[in-house]
Amino acid sequence: MYVAVKGGEKAIRNAHRLLADRRRGDRSVPALTLTQITCQLALAIDRVMSEGALYDRDLAALAVKQARGDMIEAIFLVRAYRTTLPRFGYSEPVDTGAMHIERRISATYKDLPGGQMLGPTFDYTHRLLDPELAGDAAVPDAERRDGEPARAMRVSDILAQDGLIEGDCDAQTEMPGDITREPMEFPMERDTRLQSLSRGDEGFLLALAYSTQRGYARSHPFAGEIRIGEVEVAVDMPELGFAVTIGRVQLTECQMINQFKGSSKAPPQFTRGYGLVFGQSERKAMAMALCDRAMRARELGEDIVAPAQDEEFVISHCDNVQASGFVEHLKLPHYVDFQAELELVRTMRAEHESRRDAGEPMPEAAE
Amino acid sequence: MTVQPTGLADYNFAYLDEPTKRMIRRAILKAIAIPGYQVPFASREMPMPYGWGTGGVQVTASIIGPDDTLKVIDQGADDTTNAVSIRAFFAKVAEVSTTTSTAEATIIQTRHRIPEETLGEGQVLVYQVPIPEPLRFLEPRETETRKMHALEDYGLMHVKLYEDIARNGHIATTYAYPVKVEGRYVMDPSPTPKFDNPKMDQSEALQLFGAGREKRIYAVPPYTSVVSLDFEDYPFEVNRFDEPCALCGAEGVYLDEVVLDDRGGRMFVCSDTDHCEKRRAAGHRGAMASEGTLA
Amino acid sequence: MMTQGDSVSPHPEPIEGRGETANPPLRQAQGDGLPALAEEKPLLSASGVSKFYGSRIGCEDVSIDIWPGEVVAVVGESGSGKTTLLNCISTRLMPTTGTVAYRMRDGQIRDLYRMGEAERRFLMRTDWGFVHQNPADGLRMTVSAGANVGERLMATGARHYGNIRATAGDWLGRVEIAEDRIDDQPRAFSGGMRQRLQIARNLVTGPRLVFMDEPTGGLDVSVQARLLDLLRGLVTDLGLAVVVVTHDLAVARLLSHRMVVMKDGRVIETGLTDRVLDDPRAPYTQLLVSSILQA
Repeated sequence: MYVAVKGGEKAIRNAHRLLADRRRGDRSVPALTLTQITCQLALAIDRVMSEGALYDRDLAALAVKQARGDMIEAIFLVRAYRTTLPRFGYSEPVDTGAMHIERRISATYKDLPGGQMLGPTFDYTHRLLDPELAGDAAVPDAERRDGEPARAMRVSDILAQDGLIEGDCDAQTEMPGDITREPMEFPMERDTRLQSLSRGDEGFLLALAYSTQRGYARSHPFAGEIRIGEVEVAVDMPELGFAVTIGRVQLTECQMINQFKGSSKAPPQFTRGYGLVFGQSERKAMAMALCDRAMRARELGEDIVAPAQDEEFVISHCDNVQASGFVEHLKLPHYVDFQAELELVRTMRAEHESRRDAGEPMPEAAE
Repeated sequence: MTVQPTGLADYNFAYLDEPTKRMIRRAILKAIAIPGYQVPFASREMPMPYGWGTGGVQVTASIIGPDDTLKVIDQGADDTTNAVSIRAFFAKVAEVSTTTSTAEATIIQTRHRIPEETLGEGQVLVYQVPIPEPLRFLEPRETETRKMHALEDYGLMHVKLYEDIARNGHIATTYAYPVKVEGRYVMDPSPTPKFDNPKMDQSEALQLFGAGREKRIYAVPPYTSVVSLDFEDYPFEVNRFDEPCALCGAEGVYLDEVVLDDRGGRMFVCSDTDHCEKRRAAGHRGAMASEGTLA
Repeated sequence: MMTQGDSVSPHPEPIEGRGETANPPLRQAQGDGLPALAEEKPLLSASGVSKFYGSRIGCEDVSIDIWPGEVVAVVGESGSGKTTLLNCISTRLMPTTGTVAYRMRDGQIRDLYRMGEAERRFLMRTDWGFVHQNPADGLRMTVSAGANVGERLMATGARHYGNIRATAGDWLGRVEIAEDRIDDQPRAFSGGMRQRLQIARNLVTGPRLVFMDEPTGGLDVSVQARLLDLLRGLVTDLGLAVVVVTHDLAVARLLSHRMVVMKDGRVIETGLTDRVLDDPRAPYTQLLVSSILQA
């Protein structure tokens, strides 16, 4: 006798209890605090804020903890929360030229006003596992410069003074789109494209950026400038008639400078690829800048020959919340469709056999 | 209207905020006005993964009210895990009453099936759609497929069906079988088996389709013609099963194949669990039913 | 350069060696009164067509009339603007200035660039053909030969599989492809077969005007000869108007009634093919002709 399987509800409940148990692990080990996560896994927090598109370290830490360290799951948790928040308005464009800089390097000038500042970087560390970190050895305080936080003009502004690089568009004249409020449509404008890239998957964009360097849409990039630091966020208050600073966010900005031979519309000059992400993540910002430049092929009259230049391909597939959801949905039951295919294959096999038995010629095999 | 405090965050009735629901309802109205046309909408991140019914959930969340009765099925069954999960979600964020009875539901959210019981006026069937574009696997580019719809350039669709017949002697598409709606738009009925296609035609119920990841909503209003694409000499045919449901004895319904043992033993039972249970409650018995099977 | 006036009377002198269809407009005009009125007008009339790529000239101020049933060869070396001109008059490339008018099947004269895209696409897949140099650009390489030929029929509403297949089989025969290859994909075909398949795919809807871009380019000499022979027969039998772009004067001599010689984006000489080849007037044409003859 057959009894249909029931109890989905109970199974789910038990599965989630087990998940909670595994998340906590050995109860004799103290539970992680959110402060520990924000302080000591800060770059994980930055990635979750950046791709989760929500600047809140505590929520990001909670998401990382809840996701057991699974970054895409944590990003997903933050996104799902973010989407329910009411939208009060839009900030004024942030001025990265007025950034309180903690790190700032340029690969195009040896020295420049404001100087090169290495900041807290993995660069030039020798990647040797450090046994000291296994314990809790005392860490000396960092050297700090006295006085005001550093500010420096942007490298792109230096080039722009001589007209050697294309201008920035004027953010005041045109209200940028909002990919979370309006349906995405192709071809996209650069503003919405940059928004998609900024929350796109770091690994995906990194691989595409890498492909442009290996010749799939080579763009001769120079890292004009990478800067990391805090900028003020201001919101215009119509009641007051002026903008009010509501806080500060840490950003990583990358301006790539790319060769451009000029076209019928524009004289020869350098073009830009732009990357901007929350927190400290220059790998992501650089990859974003390279992808941005590659996707400007249409606008700049370049041939579209490589994946990184294909806007519809890149933007449709760069979101890891969408990608992981759809890949993993294959776990869901598909037995109704599978049943239909099963019947079809059985029918076709029967037809095949009867043709073979009758000695009829076989059609060429399907792909 | 705020319900269900969750510590760090509060959520609105039916999860989505009201402006978002309004935006989605506008998209739904447009979809109803242009049957079969895919309306782009600014799909939101939902608390379940993309590909797991986020489109259907957003549509349901936008149209559901406190007086509604919700039924959720996946593969025709009320008790599959994802159906259970989505039903629990709405019970939690909208406090609506839920049911497994097709007739009692005002809104039925479904994945991969249309209930066997004929739907009536006032009922809404909400489909979860993974890939809304019927031309997607013939032409991957959105820019091109939108143009093809606009120009009613559907020759390629029949090329695919022609190839099926040339190769197999019959049309080899078994699910997500393309239909033409009200003589204009070619539409993907979502991955329902083609067995269910005829139920879409002239249905008394409103049929809404939500694709969250692909950010599209489309609709078939009540009493709308829905025709499965075919050739005059190779007309559309539904799949047939050789035997009736082993539990309730129903014929002419869609069946799941259940493997009973590792020696090739199998049985076929209704995919629509509610239909099967109702029939058994009414005294129908299939070959393998016992008195004790009714839960 | 060529002006409207030059082309009003395309065949002022008898043409030798071209058979009786060499001058279809005049011959048909003698038949009866009404169609004669229509036939006295060109099928396609381009005037003042220029295309600039930034400051570079693609083609400049070209006016040309194509009459029903006549084959016009556009010749010149690469970079002379002949392909740009072909694309401009076939609506594949928007000219910078100039107009292209076409006499529709109902006799109405329409400006091609003022038509809606739906109407233009319909025109292109019914009354026109376009034969690409590379067959892969004009064929669907992964669907069968039968579906390749049948696609236009299906796109214009044919819904009987048996009839579509019979028509496709008939056309394969006319382009000398064995009927038992009907279910094979063009990737399994030789270059010459692919080109013949592309021609069949274009002619199946009975177009009045076919554009060809170096149709024999990339083929072996013996294969070229066979294809030209086939083309000449089809063009004559069907009374097609053809605009063929070629750098090969032998192709022009064999196929065309009239020739247009281009250099640096401009038309430098035009006239009956025999006249241009036997008695070239422009110094450049003389050079072109003598270099071919010497080779």
